[in-house]
Amino acid sequence: MLKINNLHASVEDKSILKGINLEVKAGEVHAIMGPNGSGKSTLASVIAGKEEYEVTKGNILLDGEDIEELAAEERAHKGVFLSFQYPVEIPGVSVTNFMKTAINETRKAKGLEDMPANEMLKMIREKSELLEIDRKFLSRSINEGFSGGEKKRNEIFQMAMLEPKLAILDETDSGLDIDALRIVANGVNKLKSKDNAVIVITHYQRLLDHIVPDYVHVLHNGKIVKSGTKELAHELEAKGYDWIKEEVGA
Amino acid sequence: MDLKEKLVSSFMAFEDTVDVHSPIHDIRTEAIKTFETQGFPTKKQEAWKYTSLNAVLKHDYSVFPKLDNDIEFKDVKKYFIHDIDAYKIIFIDGKYASHLSQTTHDGIDVCLMSSALAKPKYRLIIENYFNKIAPNESLSALNTAFSAEGAYIHIPKNKLVEKPIQIIHFSTGNEAALMLQPRNLVVVDENSHVQIIERHQSLTDNPVLTNSVTEIFANKRAIVDYYKIQNDRQSATLIDNTYVNQKQESLAKVHTFSFGGKLIRNNLNFYQNGERIDSTMKGITIIGDKQHVDHNTLVHHIEPNCESHQDYKGIFGDRATGVFNGKVVVEKEAQKTNAFQANNNILVSDKASINTKPQLEIFADDVKCSHGCTIGQLDESAMFYLRSRGIPEKEARALLMFAFSNNVLDSVKIPEIKNRITKIIANKLGVNIGFEL
Repeated sequence: MLKINNLHASVEDKSILKGINLEVKAGEVHAIMGPNGSGKSTLASVIAGKEEYEVTKGNILLDGEDIEELAAEERAHKGVFLSFQYPVEIPGVSVTNFMKTAINETRKAKGLEDMPANEMLKMIREKSELLEIDRKFLSRSINEGFSGGEKKRNEIFQMAMLEPKLAILDETDSGLDIDALRIVANGVNKLKSKDNAVIVITHYQRLLDHIVPDYVHVLHNGKIVKSGTKELAHELEAKGYDWIKEEVGA
Repeated sequence: MDLKEKLVSSFMAFEDTVDVHSPIHDIRTEAIKTFETQGFPTKKQEAWKYTSLNAVLKHDYSVFPKLDNDIEFKDVKKYFIHDIDAYKIIFIDGKYASHLSQTTHDGIDVCLMSSALAKPKYRLIIENYFNKIAPNESLSALNTAFSAEGAYIHIPKNKLVEKPIQIIHFSTGNEAALMLQPRNLVVVDENSHVQIIERHQSLTDNPVLTNSVTEIFANKRAIVDYYKIQNDRQSATLIDNTYVNQKQESLAKVHTFSFGGKLIRNNLNFYQNGERIDSTMKGITIIGDKQHVDHNTLVHHIEPNCESHQDYKGIFGDRATGVFNGKVVVEKEAQKTNAFQANNNILVSDKASINTKPQLEIFADDVKCSHGCTIGQLDESAMFYLRSRGIPEKEARALLMFAFSNNVLDSVKIPEIKNRITKIIANKLGVNIGFEL
């Protein structure tokens, strides 16, 4: 589904990604771990199409199509979803209206009619129940005055609404207490299918107890320096990142 | 002959067309002298520093339009808020259009300035209110000198006027260039409530210069809700001079929506003559091209325990220019005043500009006054957030602009107006958002 070849990216002439290779197949869950500043969030933003990042070498293929030239919204229309590490507050636009617009714009891009209002309402009801979100919350402005946990739950609610092919969860566990973590992980697990894929970017092992990855990759200094199965995550949790740095440095 | 000379020399002829024995004859005569002395304002005056009328005054405007212009309702229907039942006072090239209007004398007076000036039964109101708050200076004086037609609204006490009143001034373009000077008087007595919607609309691209004066009197505990929809063609210039005099415990709100027109100058003035008065003025300005919108506001806090709220949002694209000059005066007696002023702006082009200037003159010591001006760009991280959810750039931009101006729409009490404004904005931004904020 996703194939990243020798990806180099920089922001303001500062090189951050230095040759990433990654293949994610439908039905898989990949975890990307690594110390601060290793390039994890940059990788997520580059896949989602943030314009500040410039791809200097390599490519990103989604179902065989190079998506580098596509705008963020076009990637979204093709099924890419990024759950933000720091979701943006947008006063004046309610969560419900935001989702209606997002879904209908995506449908428009696919040549479909707007989703009928009753269908939309039904979907909103179902998905908000899945994430244990209070309905009142949906008429509030996007992320405005939300707690850290509410913001993250709102991200996964949006993921549930948009039903992406490829979901990238950027540090979704940060700022979550254990109950919120369970709700979020439960939501992600219910949305998982053989047809979609998830990339979990995280610093810590604890989210991976709930969203169990098929593969774990360690990112360091803009490169994937080690890949393995979920046991690698446990090893990192126990031993930290220093041994990897040493291994790579050696 | 320049416009000033033309106007001054036309005055006698004008007085011949109206009643020289009118009770306001002396007021008009006084006013034309004032205008003759002061002339049109120039950039040398502090209050006009950022707005030049030079280009506007160059046209050879007809001061007395041909009066047989006619338009049919179907041609102008779209300019009405037609999905609500309303009183209508409609003018075509400055002349009353009875076939488009719906006036009343049933318990309230919603009619014409010309008849109010002519008929003895209105004499007392005219004597008590006409030209009592419009200052004797330059543009207002010019309007006073030529005041003959406009809306006359008198709501006696204890009336809740359920239907809003729409005042629309159409110009047909039958003149190569036309100057209009409507004069409106709104008197709302004790405990009464009225809603008014005002609009100026040219039907062709021939230049129109409108110099309008509206005097509003909100007497004890009266509520006045006034909406100005400024979405004219880019050949039109509007100078709107509005004066609101408030008595004890009255509530007056003026919303100004400025989207169209070549040049708009809003002189909006509130005078608080009583305690526990609330004055609110809000505005949304969204312009592009070389449009220019200037909001010049004044709240004069004269007595204690009153409030004023100002909230103006502006979005400027292309080479558009904006001005906000908000003056708040708090007199020494006006203790416990609560005055709030905000002017927030977004520049969406490098060539657009806004000059914003709060001006507070506070002589009382126990007051709460706040003001804030911001000028910024659209938040890029918010743009990426919206786009990453599949919302295209243009729509994302529009959504953020809607969101930016949204709280001004919150206080609009007539849903149909809110709806209309939302549609005008969507149209202006070239998007179909698909929902109402």
